[in-house]
Amino acid sequence: MSDQNLYERYHRQIILPEFGEEGQQKLLKTKILVIGAGGLGCPALQYLTAAGVGTIAIVDDDVVALNNLHRQVLYSVNDIGLSKAKRAAHILQQLNPEIKIISYNERLATQNALTLIDDFNIIIDGTDNFSTRYMINDACVLLNKPLVYGAISQFEGQVSVFRNKKEEDVNYRDIFPDPPKDGEVLNCAEAGVLGVLPGIIGTMMANETIKMITGIGEPLIDQLFTYNALNNQVYILKLSARKETRSLIPKDKKEFLKIDYEWLCAAPVQQNEIDSDIFNRMMVKGNIDVIDVRELHEMPTVNEFNHIRVPLAQLADNTSLIKSDTVIAFCQSGKRSLQAAKILSGIFGNSKKIYSLRGGIVEWKKHKQPV
Amino acid sequence: MSVKIILFGKLADIAGGAVSVDNVADTDSLINALHKDYPEFTKTKYVIAVDKQVIKENTVLNKKSTVALLPPFSGG
Repeated sequence: MSDQNLYERYHRQIILPEFGEEGQQKLLKTKILVIGAGGLGCPALQYLTAAGVGTIAIVDDDVVALNNLHRQVLYSVNDIGLSKAKRAAHILQQLNPEIKIISYNERLATQNALTLIDDFNIIIDGTDNFSTRYMINDACVLLNKPLVYGAISQFEGQVSVFRNKKEEDVNYRDIFPDPPKDGEVLNCAEAGVLGVLPGIIGTMMANETIKMITGIGEPLIDQLFTYNALNNQVYILKLSARKETRSLIPKDKKEFLKIDYEWLCAAPVQQNEIDSDIFNRMMVKGNIDVIDVRELHEMPTVNEFNHIRVPLAQLADNTSLIKSDTVIAFCQSGKRSLQAAKILSGIFGNSKKIYSLRGGIVEWKKHKQPV
Repeated sequence: MSVKIILFGKLADIAGGAVSVDNVADTDSLINALHKDYPEFTKTKYVIAVDKQVIKENTVLNKKSTVALLPPFSGG
């Protein structure tokens, strides 16, 4: 690309005295990894692409769904069912053909995390679950990679920057040392989220990234920024490192590979949990009562198989609806149905076989088969 | 003595409105009082900040103190 073109595209930021051509050159030389091309990833990617970060890699194993579009603004209805990483890369490349965009249509796991992260200068965490978030945090501490962190819930968001340069730099485990167990914190699928909120938080993450790269301003190092979209309250907490934190993070790559982050964040697999596959097989056999324990208004609606609807709170009073000897409860993500299974086991004891659909209807719809 | 308490996320939902606790000298007694008033608080993880500084141990409060309780978010 000619210097003339470079000047033209980035002109309005280059003329900022703090930024200048030097700032632009720093962006162009930087390689970033954006993990998660969802609500936070989309706006972050858009602005970082537009700003001219030289290499941008996107990791996400998910596909676009209709209920993503209210907040994942890169995608359109034509993208439904397609890989987020691939679609995002394609769309972003059109926005800025002069930078390198790489897509990894895979899930970040302990096996690929270190190799992937090691290749980049700054890591951006736009994931939607604790197991991946703790894994990314630990990997970035191990590899001394700066991590731009953002997370949302309903109407509130958090942003921070973990520099990970020195031992005493704050990381996520200095704020929340251990992952919450499954069910302690609701995710977006369960708690809901205002579409514009990840737009605001994701854009802030892009801003923090640009500040880190160019060295301008004051990134949120050792600070946790919180924002409430309902009342516009901003609250910035000052953080400090804890001595104990270091002991929670794997000492080396070998130890990292041994950690099962999914397990750390999840309640141990219950004996009465079944996955989508087993669920489908049991449905074929028949003679089963399937109960949707979600609230009556909850989406998606299920018309693929026969079931009854009894919200969790009313379950104990409506057990007369259950006729079969085998019962499977399901909900959105598999958490409430586990509670339902507990309640039903308490009532029926060993007289009925009671199961909960692991991963809920969201997971089932991903692998659904005609039943 | 009544300190100002700011709740975030799920904690604000559980409390359902402004929260006040009288006569607490330090963060431990404040948390104990809150857990008594809102038993659901014990089921969730959160970080405690006094005057915007995240604390690691029991911290003395004065009447001008603001205590914030912030749970982790996972959404993206």
